Amino acid sequence: MTPTAAATARKPATMAQALTRALRDALAEDPTVHVMGEDVGTLGGVFRVTDGLAAEFGDDRCMDTPLAEAGILGTAVGMAMYGLRPVVEMQFDAFAYPAFEQLVSHVAKMRNRTRGALPMPLTIRIPYGGGIGGVEHHSDASEAYYLATPGLQVVTPATVEDAYGLLRAAIASDDPVVFLEPKRLYWSKADWSPEAPGEVPPLGRAAVRRRGADATLITYGPSLPVCLEAAEAARAEGWDLEVVDLRSLMPFDDETVCASVRRTGRAVVVHESSGFAGPGGEIAARITERCFHHLEAPVLRVAGFDIPYPPPMLERHHLPGVDRILDTVARLQWESDWTEGRGE
Amino acid sequence: MTVLEQPGSSRRKGGLPGPPPAWHPRVDPAPLLPDAEPHRVLGTDAALQLDAALLKRLYVQLVRGRRYNTQATALTRQGRLAVYPSSTGQEACQVAAALALQERDWLFPSYRDTLAAVARGLDPVEALTLLRGDWHTGYDPRACRIAPLCTPLATQLPHAVGLAHAARLRGDDVVALALVGDGGTSEGDFHEALNFAAVWQAPVVFLVQNNGFAISVPLAKQTAAPSLAHKAVGYGMPGRLVDGNDAPAVHGVLTEAVRRAREGGGPTLVEAVTYRVDAHTNADDATRYRTADEVEAWRAHDPIALMERELTARGLLTDDFAAATRDGAEEMAADLRERMHQDPALDPDDLFTHVYAERTTQLRQQSDQLRAELAAEAATDEPAQEARP
Ligand SMILES: Cc1ncc(C[n+]2csc(CCOP(=O)(O)OP(=O)(O)O)c2C)c(N)n1
Ligand SMILES: [Mg+2]
Repeated sequence: MTPTAAATARKPATMAQALTRALRDALAEDPTVHVMGEDVGTLGGVFRVTDGLAAEFGDDRCMDTPLAEAGILGTAVGMAMYGLRPVVEMQFDAFAYPAFEQLVSHVAKMRNRTRGALPMPLTIRIPYGGGIGGVEHHSDASEAYYLATPGLQVVTPATVEDAYGLLRAAIASDDPVVFLEPKRLYWSKADWSPEAPGEVPPLGRAAVRRRGADATLITYGPSLPVCLEAAEAARAEGWDLEVVDLRSLMPFDDETVCASVRRTGRAVVVHESSGFAGPGGEIAARITERCFHHLEAPVLRVAGFDIPYPPPMLERHHLPGVDRILDTVARLQWESDWTEGRGE
Repeated sequence: MTVLEQPGSSRRKGGLPGPPPAWHPRVDPAPLLPDAEPHRVLGTDAALQLDAALLKRLYVQLVRGRRYNTQATALTRQGRLAVYPSSTGQEACQVAAALALQERDWLFPSYRDTLAAVARGLDPVEALTLLRGDWHTGYDPRACRIAPLCTPLATQLPHAVGLAHAARLRGDDVVALALVGDGGTSEGDFHEALNFAAVWQAPVVFLVQNNGFAISVPLAKQTAAPSLAHKAVGYGMPGRLVDGNDAPAVHGVLTEAVRRAREGGGPTLVEAVTYRVDAHTNADDATRYRTADEVEAWRAHDPIALMERELTARGLLTDDFAAATRDGAEEMAADLRERMHQDPALDPDDLFTHVYAERTTQLRQQSDQLRAELAAEAATDEPAQEARP
């Protein structure tokens, strides 16, 4: 049956709505999918992403659990061992840490240690990152911890359409996915139709969000809109910037990233998480190893400072913003630096 | 039965009119409490009621189990096992855990519980690959319904709860039995697992083998609880205390707990009081933290000796049965020894095969790199080998 044009009409929708729809469709299509976490049932989650799911599918399919993150993830491991496909919600980034041991020692390793006998088709949804005025422990960009753990996939959507597609792909994946939902994009809007939600993309493919010739901004999740805004502003400076949205940090799409950097010759990695030992260092190294002869300048990073996440009244100084991105782009050893005497 | 006294029920004039609105009495803790003494069967009148076939079956498994422990310990000295945490002295718990389960049930063992897996029918060589070091899990957990041997303490307990809960959601009458040590009860995962199990009324049984020590640390430094079985009460599940060296007693308590779980009665926590006769592992020196007298006192309460006394009293320990039991154990040990003396087949490419369902581009590159390194290594080795007479 083809949906009518009216039903598939694209209307403004939020990222949160697209995520809810992805969960709903997964629950409807696959009886082994179980959503579980703190307040996900009656309340619909503190960000309302599981709104209506318990009412539609029952308390066993959308389960309010006791308040214990290791217990939530640990029991989800047991459920996956029995053939279920749990989708776990951690209430906030910094409250996922109690589950870290289960994640590292079991979720990430189970398939490997059993030679494939016990795959872990688990999705761990984590509202993450700052920029929402959250008080202490509500704004961590924690992706580096997860990236340091082989066996996990780490995915983060930056658009409404991707929120749907990537979450469906994560749930369908037979390997565990840490699914980082940028909190400050929950209420971002785009024209989107839940009846024609778009393709479910494969995990591990980056997307070029803006074509440009002079330099590549490489980013993901909450920093994508900032980079797009910076790219727009850069036109005034005469820079034509390309913007790559990684979407999946693990698996990592070297191909798309390198193809872009080889074209532009310059790259800046932008993310909220701290710079030291953050994803930007890894990405810069990968680019340097693969594209050295195409580079006109060192790969630079715009990252959060190497500080504990700041209180909300100061967070704007910490988060990568348009100006800091443009200042960094300015340091990419442009030829005009030499002609205008700015080079050393 | 204790009568629950409701706060605010004081008859003093001017006292509160009653309990606050949110408070209501919940569960009567009395039936959940463990007995004051560990439950015993051997040497009591109850032993006379025991089925002779069960007694003999337990005995055969205990003798095999002891032999398995001594053989595995010997294999560490011969360099065939990297390490072995022996369950010598704890065989009654190991064997009873295995025999209390139906085939469709799941066992969740720790590193010390390879014997429980073997008593359930797992090939001892497959049970020992973790400790030999050729692969972490040497068997297919789904095929034998034995979870991977778990080393991070107590982290297997929530898995057992989740699996049991999943089975119930699917309408299967499967029970999970999870093993943990006395030290492991201090871990947060122990608490979370018991709490989830009770809230969900999951068909799961927790068996704590209280063997007196967590490596060197005695129970007194681990907890101030009246007993480990008492911890059950706080979660709203029954706690049972049993003599862990009395095989029929442990078997009886576990069988009852498994039955209860299967019938929808919810989880049970069982504390079996036993003793780790050997050091923590072959690499440990137990003389640094306990006296020889203490060990000797426990040897006098040996699970096999206790069973032999009972079997003899009932005229069941005939010379033929004793000899056949011994021979069977020796045969198992000889077979284990022989197969463990063969080098395991190792394929370095296995390192990349099961990290994900499909290798990532990066893992393909790394596997190619390793293969090239090995080929280069083989090429330089070959002439040297040919040169040998
Ligand atoms: C989370 C964790 N912390 C520490 C260890 C190191 N460790 C291995 S065994 C052990 C003692 C465990 O004692 P207990 O739970 O009583 O079990 P037993 O060894 O006596 O069977 C310790 C501390 C571990 N394996 N896991
Ligand atoms: Mg112990």
